[in-house]
Amino acid sequence: MTTIAQPVLHDPRLGASRKSTSGLDLVKIRADFPILAERINGKPLIYLDNGATSQKPQVVLDAIANYYTHMNANIHRGVHALSVRATEAHDAARQTVRKFLNAADTREIIFVRGATEAINLVAQTYGRVHVGAGDEVLITAMEHHSNIVPWQILCEEKGAHLKVAPINDRGELMLDEFARLVGSRTKIVAVTHVSNALGTVVPLRQVIDIAHRGDVPVLVDGAQAVPHFAVDVQALDCDFYAFSGHKVYGPTGIGVLYGKRALLNAMPPYQGGGDMISSVTFAKTTYNDLPFKFEAGTPDIAGAIALGAALNYITNLGMDKIAAHESELLAYATEAVGAIPGIRLIGTAFDRAGVLSFVLDHVHPHDLGTILDREGIAIRTGHHCAQPVMERFGIAGTARASFAVYNTKEEVDALVAGIRAAREVFA
Amino acid sequence: MSTGNGELSDLYQEVILEHSKAPRNFRKPAEANQHAEGYNPLCGDRCTVYINMDGDAIRDIAFQGSGCAISRASASMMTQILKGKTKAEAAKLFEEFHGLVTGKEAPPETQDLGKLKVFSGVSKFPARVKCATLAWHTLQSALENKDTPVSTE
Repeated sequence: MTTIAQPVLHDPRLGASRKSTSGLDLVKIRADFPILAERINGKPLIYLDNGATSQKPQVVLDAIANYYTHMNANIHRGVHALSVRATEAHDAARQTVRKFLNAADTREIIFVRGATEAINLVAQTYGRVHVGAGDEVLITAMEHHSNIVPWQILCEEKGAHLKVAPINDRGELMLDEFARLVGSRTKIVAVTHVSNALGTVVPLRQVIDIAHRGDVPVLVDGAQAVPHFAVDVQALDCDFYAFSGHKVYGPTGIGVLYGKRALLNAMPPYQGGGDMISSVTFAKTTYNDLPFKFEAGTPDIAGAIALGAALNYITNLGMDKIAAHESELLAYATEAVGAIPGIRLIGTAFDRAGVLSFVLDHVHPHDLGTILDREGIAIRTGHHCAQPVMERFGIAGTARASFAVYNTKEEVDALVAGIRAAREVFA
Repeated sequence: MSTGNGELSDLYQEVILEHSKAPRNFRKPAEANQHAEGYNPLCGDRCTVYINMDGDAIRDIAFQGSGCAISRASASMMTQILKGKTKAEAAKLFEEFHGLVTGKEAPPETQDLGKLKVFSGVSKFPARVKCATLAWHTLQSALENKDTPVSTE
């Protein structure tokens, strides 16, 4: 066996960069996330798989426990005190989400299970009404499978066509090509805000302007955007915006669909059941008003409340400070990892957020992932549910380090040491 | 790898690293009369196993594809051990190999795995079992001459 030097790992919790230039107190922030005290294979956990799911601060864990300990009851139906408490807390969470996205109205905030369900909801309601035989749905070449497959299902059912706007070698959307693909048959554009595999930030203002010039509504998959920088749906003028709670420090099983009120009002319901109706007889059912029309059945009440706690937590830290810290971290990681011999960065867009994707000569991403795991470093390896992106770059998969507010430069240094160690194993 | 990371050096044994860098029987034999494709959708690894059957015996066996060190080494060493074996012997070896990499090892005296025992470290890495067994699943399909590619999922 090749003998290699053990990478020198700093305990990231004792890192030198207590204050990042963004002004965030990283030691304090890290202490807010109890899981960061875990040891993996005897090493401090270095969690760089935030694109898959983020860790949760204590306030989110407390919100879940507090809900079930002090207010568990069904919402919108009880006259008793607990039901009132639960309903008020759930309503407050919706208000928090509205503020977080700067939506005009809480009725535009639909709670769903995650970004995937949000996109399916739009495909199966707006899509089924407006997309017909010979029509087109336009997406981009950097979509996650969750923003491809729901549209494929719709197109298959309707005899419509899925069009794909290409990306260049840096992983940037080719806006001219995109504009050419918006035509009279285009019924909806569905585009990611940030690519989960490449980190590319899509210039949404331009994309939305182009689509709107052709009167085409735009759905944005914001799952990889909302954890990293402030999003203002009114400034963007997007028609739909989807995100998952668990990628933005909230729990799994809860997510959000924002939709412009006029569009949501005109859409048929997604699922039928309780809470989404005004009155039911066997002859006729009248649907409830927004947002309840799209929220059939008892929702994930604790999840919504905990998501609200997560959004309040990062809003209090300051989205601009988070963006500044992560941007600095990503630039540092890009330079340090990029300097390792044999590294090829996948996704080198001018504007990136959260994600560093790469391949390493002679080391398969899976092997790299295993070796880093032994050092306590969690990264994602594989195709990242974006197989067409992998195909575009002629690779089977990448190794991906993805960042959150609690990550430090010391952790990036440990990643670099781990990658260098892996190179020596396979040299 | 340095000490203190024993499980990792158990996984990436020198023999495994050597086979992954220079896999044996990495070719497409002209005279192959059966083959199958295997695919691991989680990591995108692909493997095609070619065999030349002489009655019930495997006269020649080779593979092609792309994958991680574990899957390449596993495929390489599988082709070495199976040359000349019968279908029944191959099936028994797969069963033993599967037991080895999932940590449900049979008593040593019943084992014919020989050099393949270097893969015992895989059992400590449950996420990597599919890497080690992709070639074997593909072989099984090639022996049955199935048309549909096998998937680890």
